Amino acid sequence: MMGAEFVALSLPPILIGICVAVACALPGNFLLLRGQALIGDAISHVVLPGIVVAFLVTGLVATGPMLLGAAGAAVVAVIAIEAIRRLGRIEAGAAMGVVFTAMFAGGVLLLEQSDTSNVHLDVEHALFGNLESLIWLDATGWASLLDPVALAGMPVELPRMALALGVVAVFVWLFWRPLAMMSFDEGFAQGLGLRTGALGLALVIISAVAAVAAFDAVGSIIVIAMFICPPAAARMMTNRLGAQVAWSVGFAALSAVSGYVLAGYGPLWIGASASVSAAGMIATMSGLILAVAAVLGPHRTRNS
Amino acid sequence: MLGDALLFQLGYNASLVTLGALLLGVAAGVAGTFLFLRKRALVSDAISHATLPGVGLAFIVMVALGGDGRSLPGLLFGAALSAGAGLLCVQWLSRRTRLGEDAAIGAVLSVFFGFGIVLLTIVQTMNAGRQAGLEGFLLGSTAGMLRDEALLLAVSAGLVLALVMLLRRPLTLAAFDPGFSEVTGWRPGWIDLAMMGIVLLVTVVGLKVVGLILIVALLIVPPVTARFWTERVDVVVITAGVLGGLAGYLGAAISATAPALPTGPIVVLVSFALFGLSLLCAPGRGVLASVLRHQRYQRRVHVRQGLLALASGQPIYERLTHRLLRRAGLIRADGVATTAGQAAAAKAQLDETRWALVRADQTFATAAARYDGLTAIEDVLTPDQITDVDSRLSRPQAVS
Repeated sequence: MMGAEFVALSLPPILIGICVAVACALPGNFLLLRGQALIGDAISHVVLPGIVVAFLVTGLVATGPMLLGAAGAAVVAVIAIEAIRRLGRIEAGAAMGVVFTAMFAGGVLLLEQSDTSNVHLDVEHALFGNLESLIWLDATGWASLLDPVALAGMPVELPRMALALGVVAVFVWLFWRPLAMMSFDEGFAQGLGLRTGALGLALVIISAVAAVAAFDAVGSIIVIAMFICPPAAARMMTNRLGAQVAWSVGFAALSAVSGYVLAGYGPLWIGASASVSAAGMIATMSGLILAVAAVLGPHRTRNS
Repeated sequence: MLGDALLFQLGYNASLVTLGALLLGVAAGVAGTFLFLRKRALVSDAISHATLPGVGLAFIVMVALGGDGRSLPGLLFGAALSAGAGLLCVQWLSRRTRLGEDAAIGAVLSVFFGFGIVLLTIVQTMNAGRQAGLEGFLLGSTAGMLRDEALLLAVSAGLVLALVMLLRRPLTLAAFDPGFSEVTGWRPGWIDLAMMGIVLLVTVVGLKVVGLILIVALLIVPPVTARFWTERVDVVVITAGVLGGLAGYLGAAISATAPALPTGPIVVLVSFALFGLSLLCAPGRGVLASVLRHQRYQRRVHVRQGLLALASGQPIYERLTHRLLRRAGLIRADGVATTAGQAAAAKAQLDETRWALVRADQTFATAAARYDGLTAIEDVLTPDQITDVDSRLSRPQAVS
């Protein structure tokens, strides 16, 4: 299992899964502390219409237009939620529910109405992606990792996802102190002259970048799970922000690896022939980790 | 074609589905109102996503027991069980741990949904699972529904509606005044449980029609829409029911007219269109109404400031002020006050002078708090008080 076949078939999906999980979990920590945990949920629903519109406009399933379309849809959704909340004086959760269901419904309808039968674009794909299909056929063994010719045949999702992870990590590293202050005491941060409105929006946009980059590779269900479950489990383990972020990164990577391995090899161990959905399994594993942390974590209650 | 669908002329099954969607819409709108009032609208999102593993497990169990696996009552029963488990997880996480309710909702919906997907892939590998059509539960599929299924849908939607109407008094009470509700014998905990139970039923019944991803829209959008039209809770309940029913009925009818129009998204988009209409046009809270209100206010400020300028003999340069005063016949084209303008200016000036005295005097503190530069003093003080103010305005001067 650790030979050439592993490098070609399992290594790229596992690495992509880790990148996705960590890139979503990092901003997820701050969203969780700010009480915006469901932003990830909303973003990953509205990405669908963005991608469909991009496809209808350009007529091709290419990365560039799709990322643009998805990012555009995410921005439209954030603005629409804010507008409905203020214009109609409606509670944020309800405003979010109105916007993302309507946009998702619009996306599904567009998809049904347009002729996408010859391209790889459907609702199931949008929901749970296809992590297993991201294989690296040019690889012949571990040595391929150093071979430029073989590296060129790597699934494009891997470098793209690594880049997204880099952007997210740099953002968190640069704005660590302001983000920390804003998450725990918004009033104090404003008193120090911090522009929390702009920083909050930047956090949402960075989350959208992570979600959109991940969406194409793994579908929206992992994205939602990774925004919330690893940070929530990490929250049960510690009271310090630095440690919480570190725990969440560990939990995210653990869910990605264990989820993928269980999905790919687990059924074989119990004698079944086919594998199960890796995306679903990764989300399930993150949920199990959260469940364990919620029952046993040293800081699981409000006053500990 | 659409006319036939609206008039229930598209055959027995399509008519039953349309009727079911109508009843479901009403029940969801009414039940959603109570969720919305308690600010827990998104809990329904967790409940609906949590139905998926139940559907998958029910199918696997039914096949393992030698059955067909596609029996709708069985699948819906499984959905209800796992949705209940999801709801309990949300409650437990948000009460017993330090997580907020939003994080609990997000965690439960993503994990249950993910596990459901795992089960669906298992079902697909089973021999019986090839044509199970469980994906239909994601986005709803009413096309090709069996007669029994359509009947089950319509009847259970009707039952849920009856249940909500039966419980609406205690639900209203618990939403606004949990303390009073408890004193009168309705324990808020139990009422909450009942509310969530109803939401769960609506979700499960709606699975086949709207699908589990979008059913939450049926619970959230109509109450939010209804809220634009009224401030009274009983009216919100009825309006939300009517709006939800309308969306379900129109959506199901439109979707019955063509194969590429899936029911769920159409119902949601009709509902959203009603919302957009209300957001723009509702009196009081609508966008148009508040723009008009703002404009009226702006004009009053301009007229008032213009009159005060006239009273102190200053020329008016500001265009809007000039135009407004001119239109009201208070000034001539060259900016000189007409007779009516002089009178109005004198009145405004007197008002301002009286206000100045009122605001300087501690005994008028409450009245002075209402000063905004527009309110006439007669609206705030009694004639006696004004006489009192006036007597102090023209206090006799000492003769030297």
